[in-house]
Amino acid sequence: MTADFGIKIEGVSHAYSSGQGQRAAGTLALKQTDLVIHNHEFHALLGPSGCGKSTLLYLIGGFIPVQTGSISTQKGPVTAPGPDRSIVFQNFALFPWKTVLENVMYGLQKKGLPDAECRDIAQAHIKLVQLSGFEQAYPSQLSGGMQQRAAIARTLAVDPDILLMDEPFGALDAQTRRVMQEELRMIWKRRPKTVVFVTHDVHEAVFLADRISIMSARPGRIEHQIETGLGLERDESTLTDRRFVELGEQIWRLVREQAVLASRGGL
Amino acid sequence: MAGSDIPSVSEEDRGSSVVVLAALCVRYLPLAIMLAVWELVGRSGLVSQQMLPGIGAIAAAFLDLLQSGELIVNAWRSLSRAATGLGLAVLIGMAVGLLMATRPMFRTFINPLVRILYPMPKSALIPLVMIWFGLGDASKIFLIFLGCLLPVIVSAYNGARGVNPFIIWSASSLGASKDEILREIILPAALPDILSGCRTALAFSFILMVSSEFVIAKDGLGFLIGSLGDGGNYPAMFAVILSVAGTGFVADRLFGSFASHRLRWKEQA
Repeated sequence: MTADFGIKIEGVSHAYSSGQGQRAAGTLALKQTDLVIHNHEFHALLGPSGCGKSTLLYLIGGFIPVQTGSISTQKGPVTAPGPDRSIVFQNFALFPWKTVLENVMYGLQKKGLPDAECRDIAQAHIKLVQLSGFEQAYPSQLSGGMQQRAAIARTLAVDPDILLMDEPFGALDAQTRRVMQEELRMIWKRRPKTVVFVTHDVHEAVFLADRISIMSARPGRIEHQIETGLGLERDESTLTDRRFVELGEQIWRLVREQAVLASRGGL
Repeated sequence: MAGSDIPSVSEEDRGSSVVVLAALCVRYLPLAIMLAVWELVGRSGLVSQQMLPGIGAIAAAFLDLLQSGELIVNAWRSLSRAATGLGLAVLIGMAVGLLMATRPMFRTFINPLVRILYPMPKSALIPLVMIWFGLGDASKIFLIFLGCLLPVIVSAYNGARGVNPFIIWSASSLGASKDEILREIILPAALPDILSGCRTALAFSFILMVSSEFVIAKDGLGFLIGSLGDGGNYPAMFAVILSVAGTGFVADRLFGSFASHRLRWKEQA
């Protein structure tokens, strides 16, 4: 069953209950969201904070159950987390008691691969994210940027169809963030995957993505979809590209509208 | 380059060993002061030598007990009871605490029991346990087990509840099953809390070991303290009391270095 989409989101609404257990009452995070993300597309979800973009990502990941509507991938409807949809979080979420190598090997061991093969694949991915030499280090001994590289290696090593990224560079300093963006785009170019990248940084979205969805203020919905059309290659020169600058301004205006709405909504 | 490195390294070593020695002196200074005051009070005649035997007399009694084998035999009896009770408590307490944190039904059922049993002094149960389990090892082991169980349960529960949910999500998106998440993610993530609960339990095991042997035993260190006291052999009684304190101290230190080795992945705060 080869569908022509990477991820299909149809009529998804999501309400968070303020208490525990009850679903019905509470804040509506997403309202009737529809979105089709193409296969092997680098897709950015952009919106003001609290617009439900992370909620949408967690729903795709299967971490929280779909209440209304449906989400499907090439593997069928999403019901639970799985290694076909691996995720990178803002706070890295490495296993702090495992070394870098053990962290990257974990998902491979869950696939039931023999130990030697796990080790080889893990080493290759550690090299890919330029962490060679730090295999035996514990996460607490690494800088934020290095921890996030390790988390990306751990996620890529299981070779997911879909890569979910939840503001992965949000906790990094500006220089490290820039380097990581370029490296991520380079890695993606070599190993194309469907990527859903959540961010509130307009330039990050434009620099990285093929297509950008701008979400409305809460309750979130996809308000605009924009093709960046910046081509496959992204590097330093992209930043001064006229289209990059124009897109940045255009998208910034659209996001700003939503942010203003959000602040008027009493958030 | 190597030639210039060597002397500087050894100098540093000498410097750091002096610092370590000084730190040790400062750390044990209060202990030395206490011993000195003890000796002086005894000699001054303010308190009779009967009540507070001199350190020399205690040391002599200690050597006697050691040579006769009385101390070793009873210590072995006591410590094997404590170790059995503590070991069972750690295994079962960890399982109960982790299940409470991850299975709401189980928590609802167990939580009231834990809340009631935790603050209750376990030594209050000694007469009851004597009726249940008789005068043998089982009664002492049960009391030690019960006393050690609750700090382990509570620490495992709190540790498991406090695990960063994103770590659990990461594991599940890497293909870990519910069971694997409990064993391979929640357990090691909760280990810092669990180990500190075990350290509390270790201290409890010594307290309950001695107090239960006071009341129900024909051997063991608690029994020895009681019978030496009854016989009026105070230097020997003090020697056993100090042996218990010393053993407890060493056990705590050993556990502490085991724990910091296991938790070497934690950032040095």
